[in-house]
Amino acid sequence: MSAPVIPGNSEREAPVRRSDRAGESVALRHRAKLWHVLLIPLCLVWVYPFIWVATSAFKSQREMFLGGIGLIPEEFTLDNITRAWDTAGFASYTINTVVFSLGVVAVVLFVSATAGYALGRGDIPGKKIIVGILIATMFIPDGYTIIPVFVLVDSLGLNNNLTGAVLAAAGPVHVVPILLFMGYFAGLPQDLEEAARMDGAGFLRIFWRIMLPLAQPVIGTVALFRFIGAWNAFLVPLVFTLGRPDLRTLGVGMYSFFGSDTTDWAGLAAGALISLIPVIVVFLLLQRTFIEGMAGAVKS
Amino acid sequence: MNVAEVTDASGRTAAAGGGPARRKARKAEKLRTRMRKHAWHYVFLVPMTVLFLSFTLWPMVASWWYSLYDWGGIGPPSEWVGFGNYQEVLSSPAFWNAFRISLIFSAVAIFVQLPLALVMAVILNNPRLRGRNLYRLLIFLPVVTTTAVVGIVFAMILDPAGGIVNEVMSRSGLIDEPINFLGSESTALPTLLGIDLWKGFGITMVYWLAALQTVPSELYEAARVDGASARQTLLRVTIPVLAPLAIVILLLTFQTSMAPFDLVQATTQGGPNFSTDVMSTYIYRYAFDPSFSASRYGFASAAGVVFGIFMLILTLMQAPLLRKRYERRGK
Repeated sequence: MSAPVIPGNSEREAPVRRSDRAGESVALRHRAKLWHVLLIPLCLVWVYPFIWVATSAFKSQREMFLGGIGLIPEEFTLDNITRAWDTAGFASYTINTVVFSLGVVAVVLFVSATAGYALGRGDIPGKKIIVGILIATMFIPDGYTIIPVFVLVDSLGLNNNLTGAVLAAAGPVHVVPILLFMGYFAGLPQDLEEAARMDGAGFLRIFWRIMLPLAQPVIGTVALFRFIGAWNAFLVPLVFTLGRPDLRTLGVGMYSFFGSDTTDWAGLAAGALISLIPVIVVFLLLQRTFIEGMAGAVKS
Repeated sequence: MNVAEVTDASGRTAAAGGGPARRKARKAEKLRTRMRKHAWHYVFLVPMTVLFLSFTLWPMVASWWYSLYDWGGIGPPSEWVGFGNYQEVLSSPAFWNAFRISLIFSAVAIFVQLPLALVMAVILNNPRLRGRNLYRLLIFLPVVTTTAVVGIVFAMILDPAGGIVNEVMSRSGLIDEPINFLGSESTALPTLLGIDLWKGFGITMVYWLAALQTVPSELYEAARVDGASARQTLLRVTIPVLAPLAIVILLLTFQTSMAPFDLVQATTQGGPNFSTDVMSTYIYRYAFDPSFSASRYGFASAAGVVFGIFMLILTLMQAPLLRKRYERRGK
């Protein structure tokens, strides 16, 4: 109740303090506070779908069916989690997703680190042309070439196989990681290489033992982005597991669960929880790297 | 140049000095050494080149090739139909419907998401606002989550029979009968556009925040000394400095807006009655959907080629703007 008095006070004092910087910043800080009135409800609505998942996953099926609006489950149950994990196949979906994501990360890291090193160190003939082609491919819209990719992987005998899905997801050249590695390797001092060569280290040894460990920040950024990207991938794992339900990833598994059983909302919420928790945890732990990496896309 | 010198220094000193023949031999030797030295570099380019040729270049070429055949994916393409698929694509109302809806997704991303994200970025860039990092984090959170999964979550939240949104609205007397958000032709597309905006908003906001960091703080200081209001500062200082970066953000947002496959497929599969069908779900249906008729790779490829060309044109239209920015920065 004392709250209205305070603005009144400061209003009266404002003319006196107008030239005073401290007073001005107090006023501005009050104005900044007003934003919370808008931002707090907005953010709650914004993340509500996640709150819904986190609470519905622990509600009983009966409570969900009767239209459970309450935020806190009336009776807390782990049934949905176990049902999703065991019966609905989310245990194997999780393993598949981990394998798929790590596979994509490994392939992308291998390809972009080697290519970035080759292009970043030692001005090789043809470098400009290669980089030019790479940058040009960034402008070509992707996602409409899934049919030839599917036919290619299928002809390699890798359809209905996680290796095929990894190849299809990691195969189309990832230009940004290559350019990141290239820029980083190019910035490392020449002396390092000289000294190592003096000591008799060969090309591979210099790359593996000296340069690659130094590129850890780039490795981290690329791995994080590709991991989250692969974890969330949908089209490629969907297309490559059409004939093998047991190889589905979490996104695809969730999709088929929803298609086959649209009424088990508590179970679906548990499935969503299992799918989302790992990626959200990874993000929260490494958010700084993630957001800085994205911001870099604008500045460069 | 540097490399050549290095090679020279580490090369055989025995070849140094002597007549023209020897110099020639030395040159050849130098080239060989140089090539041998770079051999490893080229070896390191092999993985990228193999993948580039097979997964980037070949699919583009193959799309064109397949599109000229009536082909269901069994055996090699054999039934040549020339531009028959293209004729069918271009005269198909369903194709243009999906085409139009894809463009609507892009348009909302550019004309709604982009400015709204800028407003939010400006609000959250205020250093006096406490907890701004938490707000940023919460608004960014949807970006890292699996689109297909959150799409299904939305389908449950928005369900007309027992979904919490309808439940709350009818209990509070806002509506008389439940709204079938994703199940009726009039509301499905706006609903998906809203979810898509929610999902991508954080990316654009982070881009804007990064751009805002490039505004020199002295400019703000000068504006403050001159007694500029917050709005004046925004219009006269912030926006002019942001303009060149805005082009990059526009391009990045445009590129990510072109792939709403996950969301649409997970929630409506393009329905009801194709009111949310986008290009990628259209192509998927003709090529892979097990519940649809036999696969039509040729036809679907033709649709992909037509749409791909159109998107390339739209992207290239933005390229001159981009070049202008780099030229300005180069000076």
